[in-house]
Amino acid sequence: MSNLTKGIAPSTSGHPMVRAEGVHKSFGLAHILKGIDLEVNPREVFCLIGPSGSGKSTFLRCINHLEKISAGRLYVDGDLVGYRQKGDKLYELKETEVAAQRRDIGMVFQRFNLFPHMTALENVMEAPVQVKREAKAVARERAQRLLDRVGLGDRTGHYPAQLSGGQQQRVAIARALAMEPKLMLFDEPTSALDPELVGEVLDVMRDLAEDGMTMVVVTHEMGFAREVGDSLVFMDDGVVVESGHPREVLTNPQHERTKSFLSKVL
Amino acid sequence: MPPEQIKAIPVRHYGRWVAGAAVVAILVLIGIAFSNAKINYGIIPDYVKDGTILSGAWHTLYISVLAMVLGLVLGVILAVMRMSSNPVTSTVAWFYVWLFRGTPVLVQLLLWYNISLVFPVLNLGFYKNDMNAVMTPFLAALLGLGLNEAAYMSEIVRAGIQSVDEGQTEASHALGMTRSQTLRRVVLPQAMRMIVPPTGNEYINMLKTSSLAYVVQFSELMKRATDISSTSLAVAEMFFVASIWYLMLTSVFSVGQYYLERHYARGSTRNLPPTPLQRLRKNLRMFGSFRRPEVAR
Repeated sequence: MSNLTKGIAPSTSGHPMVRAEGVHKSFGLAHILKGIDLEVNPREVFCLIGPSGSGKSTFLRCINHLEKISAGRLYVDGDLVGYRQKGDKLYELKETEVAAQRRDIGMVFQRFNLFPHMTALENVMEAPVQVKREAKAVARERAQRLLDRVGLGDRTGHYPAQLSGGQQQRVAIARALAMEPKLMLFDEPTSALDPELVGEVLDVMRDLAEDGMTMVVVTHEMGFAREVGDSLVFMDDGVVVESGHPREVLTNPQHERTKSFLSKVL
Repeated sequence: MPPEQIKAIPVRHYGRWVAGAAVVAILVLIGIAFSNAKINYGIIPDYVKDGTILSGAWHTLYISVLAMVLGLVLGVILAVMRMSSNPVTSTVAWFYVWLFRGTPVLVQLLLWYNISLVFPVLNLGFYKNDMNAVMTPFLAALLGLGLNEAAYMSEIVRAGIQSVDEGQTEASHALGMTRSQTLRRVVLPQAMRMIVPPTGNEYINMLKTSSLAYVVQFSELMKRATDISSTSLAVAEMFFVASIWYLMLTSVFSVGQYYLERHYARGSTRNLPPTPLQRLRKNLRMFGSFRRPEVAR
């Protein structure tokens, strides 16, 4: 419907967009992820739900290497995240190589994390100009178009502090889209919003899904997961408890833990 | 029919009158003491405008600005080194701060001035000269004051950088920005809000600390004033002259600092408060166009 992104780059390789094989993550003694296996296909909206502390946000942050995984393998579009494999040895990627990997992966945070010293337009222009060395005029034109698409074409000169939470989060989505990513990660994008502002952000995400963007969404919005999601995973205590089509899992959960979680949030 | 406005008798603050009277009395006593002192106040205005003093004030201004710039640049570099994950650079930065903050600036000035005791000849390969010819009073003052300042500035900058929300770094990393891009474009501009006020403090300190540069024969304001007092015997008068200049310099700088802080506050509040000048203009306009509204009865 709305062409939020012009021609999303199809996965060139025929790989799944994200593949996790036995991913573990520990912070000191805390064992957060205890062997996650999953696959996210291109153009899929993949929802992660679960109680807080279940490791879903941590897993999301591993996908763009904001967190280093402790064991297992994690691939994005066929490439190992954060490492290079030669034979059976793993080599850490250099900082610039990690940055290059992250260019193609957009991320939206629970607390927006807009740059407060820049206007909405400057926020969206920043990465293309700095990272891709794009001409300012080109970046500005795209930023204006993206802000129009998320319904904020008249707010380009506003600083984040002058915008509502919902507006800030929409700017944050536009900022991530400006890098023309092949994958978008959403870390509880509506959890910090007033209830009446949740809808405007979900609408933008729905448009994005209809455009065929591959999305991994950590969320507590079961309605969104049911309507927009293609797959859903319920995580608890660092493991995948149950997965399947959102409607299946949400209406007919098989596992006791899923049942008790859903009975509390639905 | 508007509601009746409350007209109450305000609380009386008798304590303020007592305190005010006490302050006036003390000021009068101090004034009497000073006017009875053997000080020839009449010559002060002339010396304030004296050419020797003027050039001394100018030297004070520019050595303090240059030393501050040196301190600021080096301070940022040291702060970044200190927070680096590279153990060598962070240890070097820690050692620098330990050394330069831990020794008196007077000693550091004298050491730079006498550096030829250690390095009699400066040999950079492409440039070779006698160290005594290179190490002018100006250069000794600049290095002594600037390198000392860098140690203090690096701690201020480090505190400023650490005050920026971690989410900012994560967001810019997630966009594919490198660590140096993140620092330059995202973290430092926000850290400036925290850095500017204590830096202003440091600069005012620097304006006055630069008077120590007289020990390396740098002819700043204090050296000029004492030179004059030793020939004219107008000792106290010259202290007044120097103080007047230091006060003027720090006052002018305080105004500049106000606008600098305002600049870096953009985006942090919804609407910046008006500057004193804007407020004045607005008030003048109000007097022009409005009459005072009548008090409701």
